[in-house]
Amino acid sequence: MDMHATKKKLGIKEKYAHMTRGLDWETSYQPMDKVFPQATFEGIKIHDWDKWEDPFRLTMDSYWKYQAEKERKLYAVLDAFAQNNGHLGLTDARYLNAIKLFLTGISPLEYVAHRGFAAAGRNFPGVGPRVACLMQSVDEMRHAQTQIHALSNYNKHYDGFHDFKHMLERVWYLSVPKSFFDDAFSAGPFEYMIAIGFSFEYVLTNLLFVPFMSGAAYNGDMATVTFGFSAQSDEARHMTLGLECIKFMLEQDPDNLPIVQKWIDKWAWRGVRVLTLVAMMMDYMLPKRVMSWKEAWEIYFEQNGGALFADLARYGITMPECLKQCSIDKEHIGHQAWATFYQYGGAAAFHTWMPSDDEMDWLSAKYPNTFDKYYRARFTHWRDEAEKGNRFYSNTLPMLCQVCQIPMLFTEPDDPTTICYRESDYDGEKYHTCSDGCKHIFDNEPQKYIQAWLPVHQIYQGNCFPEGTDPTVEGFDPLAKVLEWYHFDNGHDNLDFEGSRDQANFAAWRGMATKNT
Amino acid sequence: MSKVFIAFQRNEDTRPIIEAVLADNPHAEAIESPAMVKIDAEGSLVIKRESIEELIGRSFDLQELQMSLITISGHLDEDDDQFKLSWLN
Repeated sequence: MDMHATKKKLGIKEKYAHMTRGLDWETSYQPMDKVFPQATFEGIKIHDWDKWEDPFRLTMDSYWKYQAEKERKLYAVLDAFAQNNGHLGLTDARYLNAIKLFLTGISPLEYVAHRGFAAAGRNFPGVGPRVACLMQSVDEMRHAQTQIHALSNYNKHYDGFHDFKHMLERVWYLSVPKSFFDDAFSAGPFEYMIAIGFSFEYVLTNLLFVPFMSGAAYNGDMATVTFGFSAQSDEARHMTLGLECIKFMLEQDPDNLPIVQKWIDKWAWRGVRVLTLVAMMMDYMLPKRVMSWKEAWEIYFEQNGGALFADLARYGITMPECLKQCSIDKEHIGHQAWATFYQYGGAAAFHTWMPSDDEMDWLSAKYPNTFDKYYRARFTHWRDEAEKGNRFYSNTLPMLCQVCQIPMLFTEPDDPTTICYRESDYDGEKYHTCSDGCKHIFDNEPQKYIQAWLPVHQIYQGNCFPEGTDPTVEGFDPLAKVLEWYHFDNGHDNLDFEGSRDQANFAAWRGMATKNT
Repeated sequence: MSKVFIAFQRNEDTRPIIEAVLADNPHAEAIESPAMVKIDAEGSLVIKRESIEELIGRSFDLQELQMSLITISGHLDEDDDQFKLSWLN
């Protein structure tokens, strides 16, 4: 590293105090509550904004210095990866489908997080959180850009990487992560901080980045590991911001406790549902696996989250009730999600497949209580049928949960053979949710969730076809028209991995890289 | 007592940092995964600037840790001389 630590004129505590305090002023043309109109409506009471302290004590000058160095390191690796045909060093082209899901489902959210933290920073009257939100906002923009740059190299060679932004706003499974962030961004600034800063960044982000990036390293994807770790080096700061924020709210006024607890309960469950996609990536989409979803959940949620909630107990915070269901769900959700994507593989912008015998043995060993008992026979049957030329694709559309927008694929906590449905009545209409957790969220804020843009409903209403489509013509194929509207290259982006263009190209190019013919 | 942890990328910059952390925290345990090292410790973990400087033979700013940090758990308290993680319960 070409860094030189110079003797400081000020210690970091003094420097932080000078550079994050006294930078603002009391307005005189307009009253402060008009300048900061979102600071009070959520009911959070703050008496002294100066009590906010960033434990990293990072100031803008140090921030730019370290971030610039991170970028230099990252782009050197990205260049080397592209120049040396690094993509041919992947374990297996199936791996690419995990990062297609990452690019379409996660990278655009980094950009939304950038906007969200900019808005939160704008709306907090205190200088300390405003500086911290500014840095996180710039970080999130950096993450979106570096991920798009890193993965653009794959777009030169493989299908499904070509139009992530267009897809995010339309595709049925991408509405799951999109609606999660839209839900947070349309809340007030304090709820946003609990939703993203605390529940997502502190409690759940380790489950996304740490095992997944380690998995990328295991599977030879140097570009993804490098942007992943570069982004993750900012996450420790984001996690600290989330934890600081919650402590600050709880210490400022005892009346804040019930509001904060309600938000934690809501956002922990919202986050857990979104992570279903990660469970599936870890258990099925990485050809070489690092750890199972269940193991990751035990380390990063049960142990680490347990320590966190034990610590927050001194403020009166309790572990969200709904999370108790997760110790049952951790043995099922990855299998249930992959089974669903396999069946709807005609309508996804990535390839799906059934695991090999070796991979099924790995799943049996990692999930001794559930895989053989509930899933292996079904998966083997699908695989046998595919080998006989009867690859199964479902051509119906699934019912979606009104809150998390995931298809109704989860089972009852006490019966893994029965799909879990919950129902609420509101204003003369019925609304469906996938779990007690999502039903509880719906029932608390029905006015918000009845507005959800549910992709399946929208398809049935005829809102998801290219302009000028006439659904009354003979032989009208609704699915093909929806895929066209999604900008999917039907026949290349979707369907089984077996027989795909990615599979053929990867094999041919890797052959060219190792032979002279 | 709950465990705190810190994870670093595995590279030449972090090798002496990890060595210093393990020497200064005999109760800590390093767990290696592909491309990363996670250090778990009961209750608290402290990273000392002086210990790192002794190993690398130059002055070191603890904020340089941010270059290779992956994740942390616990309350953080950082000043010019040490970076400390702990749970308060």
